[in-house]
Amino acid sequence: MTVSIQLEVNGKPVQAAVEPRRLLVHFLREDLGLTGANIGCETSLCGACTVLLDGNAVKSCTMLAAQADGASVTTIEGLARNGELHPLQEGFWEKHGLQCGYCTPGMILSANYLLAQNPSPNDEEIREGLKGNICRCTGYHNIVEAVKYAAERMS
Amino acid sequence: MYQAQFDYRRAGSVDEALSLLQENEDAKLMAGGHSLIPMMKLRLAQPPVVIDIGRLDELKGISEAGGSVRVGSLPTHAVIAASDGLAAHCPVLAEAAGHIGDAQVRNRGTIGGNIAHADPGSDIPPVLVLLGASVHLQSPSGTRSVAAGDFFQDLLMTDVGEDEILTHVDAPALGSGTGAAYLKFEHPASGYAVVGAAASVTVQNGRCTAAGLVVGGVSATPTAVDVSSLVGTDLSDDAIAAAASGLDAEDPIGDIFASGDYRVHVGKVYGKRALAAARDRA
Repeated sequence: MTVSIQLEVNGKPVQAAVEPRRLLVHFLREDLGLTGANIGCETSLCGACTVLLDGNAVKSCTMLAAQADGASVTTIEGLARNGELHPLQEGFWEKHGLQCGYCTPGMILSANYLLAQNPSPNDEEIREGLKGNICRCTGYHNIVEAVKYAAERMS
Repeated sequence: MYQAQFDYRRAGSVDEALSLLQENEDAKLMAGGHSLIPMMKLRLAQPPVVIDIGRLDELKGISEAGGSVRVGSLPTHAVIAASDGLAAHCPVLAEAAGHIGDAQVRNRGTIGGNIAHADPGSDIPPVLVLLGASVHLQSPSGTRSVAAGDFFQDLLMTDVGEDEILTHVDAPALGSGTGAAYLKFEHPASGYAVVGAAASVTVQNGRCTAAGLVVGGVSATPTAVDVSSLVGTDLSDDAIAAAASGLDAEDPIGDIFASGDYRVHVGKVYGKRALAAARDRA
């Protein structure tokens, strides 16, 4: 069987028929070509697949595409506006918040959710907010700096 | 790994979900999917039909009335952790929900799914047992409620019948003079509790009149510790340490991360700390 779904992805309406077992991350990457959400651990631990679902950070590897029917999804591809980087993207650039970059889309979307909840977090709150995102290049220090940079720019 | 194939049905009401359960043998209910999808990826679960109950507004409420809080099965951990009503009347439940996994997990996982899955490292079960909460179930033949202490039967096993849906949980609101706390020793990778301790104490005129301690992660189901020795004391650190050392598990669970003996030891330490934190909040 397939399930008909209608959702909004990065502000654009999307309609599709998906297999029930299709995970949201596979739908985004393979059906929509939005490869910013990365597949890391596939066990809801690493956070590389984090996207925003109706504004809430979620792990798209642990969600059926069918469950996203009717929702608004934001991926890293949806953050820049008119060619201008989002302040978080700029922060990761300016503060060297990435090395290999694999975790970065998930980090940025989790940080985006964190700043929506708490516009001026301290270091501890940033680390707690990004607990569900793992960086294996040991880049946490600069990631925290990048989020603080963005928080200042966004306030 | 990909999940095995299954059919997907979305229920529009509890009644519809119940009839779908009856019509489809071995069907599984899914809310946030944060217990079931990982099980399906490992093919430890291969339900032929998944019934999505995640949109049932009738199961999403959190309310307080008559000295009791009622939490539907579908509020996410994030919603429970941020609930003003729970912060005022049953803060220990909100505290435990805020310790679950990480922000993304808390945005999808639900309290009903959490307790129906009954992972021994889950944060909510020991709190519900501590509070003397009741778990409410609905089937085509009616409704019933089960004491949390009887609800958790074994590793990943609960009292939910094949034709039943977990609708809500009722827990007594914490009265004045009562403090409660949940502390966990967390597995650094999974976020599950290696050991989690839920404690409450009631203090009147400087003396303890009631105390409770329930530890998760040590056995297949939450382990209640007899801390009645605290009643009548002034809850000194020594009295608390002695009471928490009463933690005993006949058949502690052990794995590559933590042996059974180690879990019992850590359970005593966290039990002591949770009791002290509860005392300081009473």
